[in-house]
Amino acid sequence: MTATAEKFDLTIDGSGAGTPSAPTTTRKPESRLSAVTTQRRHVAKPSGKPDPTAHLSAEDVEALGVELDALRQEVLASRGAGDAAYIRKVIDVQRKLELGSRAVLLFSLFPPAWFVGTVGLSVAKIIENMEIGHNVMHGQWDWMRDPRIHSTAWEWDNASPSEFWKHSHNELHHTFTNVIGRDNDLGYGIMRVDEDQKWYPSYLAQPLLNFVNMCIFEYGIAAYDLELGAYLQGRGKDKETFRRDAKKVVFKIGRQVRKDYILHPLLSGPSFLHTMAANGVANFVRNVWTHSVIMCGHFPDGVETFAKSSIEGETRGEWYLRQMIGSANISGSKAMHFMTGNLSHQIEHHLFPDLPSNRYAEIAPRIREICERYGLSYTTGPLPKQVASAWKQVLVLALPNPEPGRSRVGIAAEAVGKRVRRRLRRAPVAAR
Amino acid sequence: MIRTLVRQVGEALVTPMLPADVLDMVAPLRAGADLRGRVVAVVPETADATTVWIRPGRDWRPHTPGQYIRIGFDVDGVRSWRAYSLTSEVAHPQGLLAITVKAIPDGTVSTHVVRELRPGTLVHLDQATGEFTLPRARPAKALFVTAGSGVTPVMGMLRNHLDELDDVVVVHSAPSRDDVIFGEQLREWALQGRLRLVERHTDRDGILEPQHLDELVPDWRGREAWACGPTGLLDAFEEAYAAAGLGAQLHTERFRPVVVAEGEGGTVRFNRQGKEVDADGATPILDAGEGAGVLMPSGCRMGICFGCVAPLTDGAVRDLRDGRLTVAAEGDRIPVQTCVSAAAGTCSIDL
Repeated sequence: MTATAEKFDLTIDGSGAGTPSAPTTTRKPESRLSAVTTQRRHVAKPSGKPDPTAHLSAEDVEALGVELDALRQEVLASRGAGDAAYIRKVIDVQRKLELGSRAVLLFSLFPPAWFVGTVGLSVAKIIENMEIGHNVMHGQWDWMRDPRIHSTAWEWDNASPSEFWKHSHNELHHTFTNVIGRDNDLGYGIMRVDEDQKWYPSYLAQPLLNFVNMCIFEYGIAAYDLELGAYLQGRGKDKETFRRDAKKVVFKIGRQVRKDYILHPLLSGPSFLHTMAANGVANFVRNVWTHSVIMCGHFPDGVETFAKSSIEGETRGEWYLRQMIGSANISGSKAMHFMTGNLSHQIEHHLFPDLPSNRYAEIAPRIREICERYGLSYTTGPLPKQVASAWKQVLVLALPNPEPGRSRVGIAAEAVGKRVRRRLRRAPVAAR
Repeated sequence: MIRTLVRQVGEALVTPMLPADVLDMVAPLRAGADLRGRVVAVVPETADATTVWIRPGRDWRPHTPGQYIRIGFDVDGVRSWRAYSLTSEVAHPQGLLAITVKAIPDGTVSTHVVRELRPGTLVHLDQATGEFTLPRARPAKALFVTAGSGVTPVMGMLRNHLDELDDVVVVHSAPSRDDVIFGEQLREWALQGRLRLVERHTDRDGILEPQHLDELVPDWRGREAWACGPTGLLDAFEEAYAAAGLGAQLHTERFRPVVVAEGEGGTVRFNRQGKEVDADGATPILDAGEGAGVLMPSGCRMGICFGCVAPLTDGAVRDLRDGRLTVAAEGDRIPVQTCVSAAAGTCSIDL
């Protein structure tokens, strides 16, 4: 009798009222929300490559899904103040580094100041884009309920507005990872990085294209997120939507350019040109670094791709499976992992894109063990090796697949020859 | 004119950051910032109640004693907002304000504040609000009926207005003498003859009920009354006052603890679009909304892209992946992923 009067609190403290109860198993089957897998199926790709998961039964895939769900749950349960402190610290340090570097660049006329400021700004931009921007916009930190560090509010130091990036990256790429024809990240719609993608003579230019894209990567991303390519080919958004979206992109680019190439140089007074150059270099360094890291995620040798119709009715377990063998890691030091925004843990990130990035490292050995136990590939390697492997794919697959008795170069030469002849034949007609 | 120019240049220099992001690093309490406060001291009142002294940001507007504030603490990394009565003087010499929090079992926020909060912590504030205040024309005779932490808004009034009140009776109920929050202060005032204090200890006297008033405060009918305490107590007193035809004389403050009718499925309200739909506990809110013709943002439909996030403003939803419950208190806007959340009782989505 006595205690009841005080059991309640006058303060609004809802936590006592909403006691979490046991998870319910009321999930719809045959969807990515359901781990229940009842049958295996494999849709072969044109290359006729064998199914890398053929040795797994439906029960195995279901067990895999349950195991990975449990692992995710474990991290969620231990998520707390330490993680929140981590991201706040990273944001704080990044901002100080950026502002400090920009302050130093006010005196960029002096070579040491130029050098220190440029290095600092490059590092700051990389951290901002990768460990902070990419991960915050993924919703990895939404659980903190801090409106300033939230996927719905974050804008990053990049040409592409967060709104479009979130759509093309979080939604399309992460859902349809490595599904040929669904995942535009597979070659960004301009390259052929898998032998099951159909070859056209225009792919011969892809090594050059990839190099150019690397140098101007932020603008490449902006064009890609805007779906500029598809629009130009007449199979994208309608004109009105495109115009409205393009306006937003141009506005964002305008603000970025005004900051980096006009205002900060102006503040630098006599160091105008030096600061302008420093900002250009920092953006360039960031472009090359992010492009290289991102190439390592899905392009290197050993990464699997999937036929379009293979994902119909895909379950959670099957989705996990696709993410595991469709991604590749980068091995290296803690500093390297940090500078890649933990995208070096690409496999872990693709399995759990909404887990805080600082937790990928600790689950990586366990994911690797699970891969081994289920007989699945776990592609990883040092950065130079992975970058080289990705570039090799870009170079080799610029050429068509070899056929019995015919080399890649031979087939390419013939196709180009055919096309040139056709042009020549048509040209006089057009001239008349 | 110049200010606008400075602001615009500042914005252009730090984009995509906001000037506020930069200023917050050095001066989180400055004028113009989101309203925040810095915890200055944490002082225990009883075994499970603590007063937190806070230096508010420059934009803090003085409160009226008896009012409460919503305050956001980061508990285990999660920003959680709760409402607490202000117990401090309006004209505190150092410009501080105070709330007094009692830890309740399973109350994550109250327990955090009482057991873990340390000076130096930054907290998030709203301006004071609430109608539980004294009228400008001070009552000739006042009666305050409080139980547990219901004494906090009354303490706010007494600390500020005791000298303006000629005849004050405080009837307070707590489990035991040691559990009386502000017991020392109240007893001191009683000794000085500035008020009459009636302490009821439930361990000994049982629960305070309206019929006890005749004995404890024989002239209660002639007093303007303010009551704050558990819902049961307030209900009983309101009923008794109404029965005596004195309903207008009683003012009550109800801090409703969030009582969520929690279950499997329920009615989902889409506030902005004015639609309501019944959904079972297995149907994602996204599907339910779309089925009812609500314009819903959507994305991967599997909980990874955060493209479908919308604010939960009332009620509870359950994460279909792990059964985790998210509960919105009054004034909350908790973003939830509609594609993997199902209604857990009646709930409102701000779409």
